[in-house]
Amino acid sequence: MTWFSIIISGIVTYFSRMAMVAIINREMLGTKVKEVLNYVPAAVFPAIIFPGVFFNDFGIIVEITDPKIYGAIVALVVGFYSRNVIATIISGLLSYWFIIFFLLK
Amino acid sequence: MLSKSKIFFKGIVAVLPHMLSVIPFGIITGAIGVELGFDPILVYATSLIIFGGASQIIFMQLLSGGASSLVAITSVGVINSRHLLYGAVLSEYLEKLSFIKKLIISYFIVDQGFAESNKYIQQNKNLSNPHYYVLGTGVTLWFCWQLSTISGIILGSFIPEELGLKFAIPLTFLAIIVNDLRKLDHVFVMLVSGFASLILFDAPFKSYIILSPIIALIAAFIMLRLKK
Repeated sequence: MTWFSIIISGIVTYFSRMAMVAIINREMLGTKVKEVLNYVPAAVFPAIIFPGVFFNDFGIIVEITDPKIYGAIVALVVGFYSRNVIATIISGLLSYWFIIFFLLK
Repeated sequence: MLSKSKIFFKGIVAVLPHMLSVIPFGIITGAIGVELGFDPILVYATSLIIFGGASQIIFMQLLSGGASSLVAITSVGVINSRHLLYGAVLSEYLEKLSFIKKLIISYFIVDQGFAESNKYIQQNKNLSNPHYYVLGTGVTLWFCWQLSTISGIILGSFIPEELGLKFAIPLTFLAIIVNDLRKLDHVFVMLVSGFASLILFDAPFKSYIILSPIIALIAAFIMLRLKK
């Protein structure tokens, strides 16, 4: 079943890459659709980020003092000013580890 | 007049700085796949067959959390629909290629490769073989992605669970959109999506992952209408 899902997902993804290049004519995509497609990253990724930060492994909302919330805030500030992908991830992880391994022990 | 191999090489050089983010991201993807309990071969298959970092992580996370195949596949489709946008832009430069070549080059269209190719082709409008540049960026990113996910799969089995590496998932996606936080319209769409996901989290089949982006895109559409 997993293999089946991977293959179908692969076909769907390949189609998203190939459709505009090989099949569909550029003019077939209206400017309105293109404008909305611009927001796809902004629409997709917060739906992954918010639950990952605000819910625990059991799908219950975490307390406002949860280490994940602090880690996310640090990553947000570092990312905003550094504009660097690695600095964002590393700063978030390090501050999260610092809290769970040193402050909470 | 630049030779084909020179243009290809220029494409390779252009994406090298991106390796700083692509390689760690690939390692994280491989390691998380193993941590979520997937067979290493399956984890690697997502890199080869799906070949889209963010969507691979979500795909594995959803399936391991008990989502149905339909939800997992649809989520991959929603996340990767951004390629339609890249293809729409690139199609102008790839028009003269044969159908077979278009099919091959399509597999290598990736976020960072698209960004660099678009920048370069815009600056060098009368380039005779722009597709070699696109290929140079895409093939380089492809090789690094394959190698780094394999490294992550190997490293993953040594990473202790106490580290809570799963927290790297939201952080990775935060890093992808952090630049767009400077644009208020994007921030608005992000907040709609984020709050929708919290409210809809318990909806059946993990469908929040599809419903939230759809709600956010509808909000974006209404916002664009009101702006005019």
